[in-house]
Amino acid sequence: MVKSFRILLVSVFIWVSGTILFAEEHEGKAAEEQQFDALGMIMHHISDSHFWHVIAFEKKDGSVFEISIPLPVILIYDGSIHLFLSSAFHHGKSVVQKGNHFFKLHHDKIYVTDAAGELTFSEDGTPENIKPLDFSITKNVASMWMSVLIIFALFVSSARKYKGKPSAPSGIQSFVEPLILFVRDDIVIEQIGEEKADRFMPFLLTVFFFVWINNLIGLIPFFPGGSNVSGNIAFTFTLALFAFILINVNGTKTYWKDIFATPGVPGMVRIILIPIEVVGIFTKPFALMIRLFANITAGHIVILSLTSLVFILKTVYVSPVSMSLTLFMFLLELLVGLLQAYIFTLLSALFIGMAVHNEEH
Amino acid sequence: MSLTAIGLGFIVIGAGLGIGLIGKGAMEAMGRQPEVLPKIQTAMIIGAALIEGVALFAIVLAWLVDK
Repeated sequence: MVKSFRILLVSVFIWVSGTILFAEEHEGKAAEEQQFDALGMIMHHISDSHFWHVIAFEKKDGSVFEISIPLPVILIYDGSIHLFLSSAFHHGKSVVQKGNHFFKLHHDKIYVTDAAGELTFSEDGTPENIKPLDFSITKNVASMWMSVLIIFALFVSSARKYKGKPSAPSGIQSFVEPLILFVRDDIVIEQIGEEKADRFMPFLLTVFFFVWINNLIGLIPFFPGGSNVSGNIAFTFTLALFAFILINVNGTKTYWKDIFATPGVPGMVRIILIPIEVVGIFTKPFALMIRLFANITAGHIVILSLTSLVFILKTVYVSPVSMSLTLFMFLLELLVGLLQAYIFTLLSALFIGMAVHNEEH
Repeated sequence: MSLTAIGLGFIVIGAGLGIGLIGKGAMEAMGRQPEVLPKIQTAMIIGAALIEGVALFAIVLAWLVDK
């Protein structure tokens, strides 16, 4: 197990270093002449991308030198799969030809165009061209894989120590064990009950650590971190969908009876109550999805806005204020990252607990 | 735009009041009965999360209406 894990780690490393770092120069005006676009910068940082940006700096002649890792683009269009590296787009300047089709990158979305790369825009400025199905390994996906590797490294090594003779926890195990016990005793057993807890432990434990580690990686301000994975609505949607399926698949007769034939309620009131209860089935996971997304995205936006203060006010004297506020927000976000992982797990466990309980009480 | 901003202000007032009241209640309960502190904390967080959920729904709706 550990051997195969090492092989995986090495192959990922080779992939990352073997992919030629994609360096590029653009013609850019000097920074003072350009109007600083805070909103554009923030949106760029919190949204997903086909490139993994490493660093960019301005050279003496005013041109911008940028290094980023190109990521694989996987498109399904017209019944065939197109596979190429995102460096072929040259940051949206080039049109990529695959067979008879041409693809162009515009604001990190891929569109089907003609050979010249013409995009037709609607009145509100969004392109009207067809979008191919995009299954690319984007920055968020790559970052998510990285956190999966971290989780494997943390847990596979400590899980091995429970085989054989029991001994006192050592090394990374003594960090992981109290956390797992906290999730089991204070969240899962508390909400679901001792007898059924073991069935839901794998999901809830995974959710807790996956959300937490993704939150922490999102807070690293430089290269391997910084992607807004847990502040991506698709990511939180998937986690909430799993919770939704678990809640409703494991719902007991009592759970469904509470929804469709609420005990102790006269028939006419049920006409009003049933729609409310049915909507309630969907709002629970929906709230889980929105809560994580909004909290993490809002944290990123606040940190980036505070950093932008220097550039918006165009004075260096505001930087002590901006730096200390940013540091404060970073510390707060460390807390929020753990708290949101805890709340997501707690509420999932609570909803599952409500669904699996039986009549006698 | 401005109307949505006013609405967002109201959302924040409501959510702030609600979470504040929960915090107040929890603090008082903890002061009276420190021995059930973990249970109060859990109940407090669940209540606060539910209020926050409503506030987030309203924010999402405000964003959709504004769009």
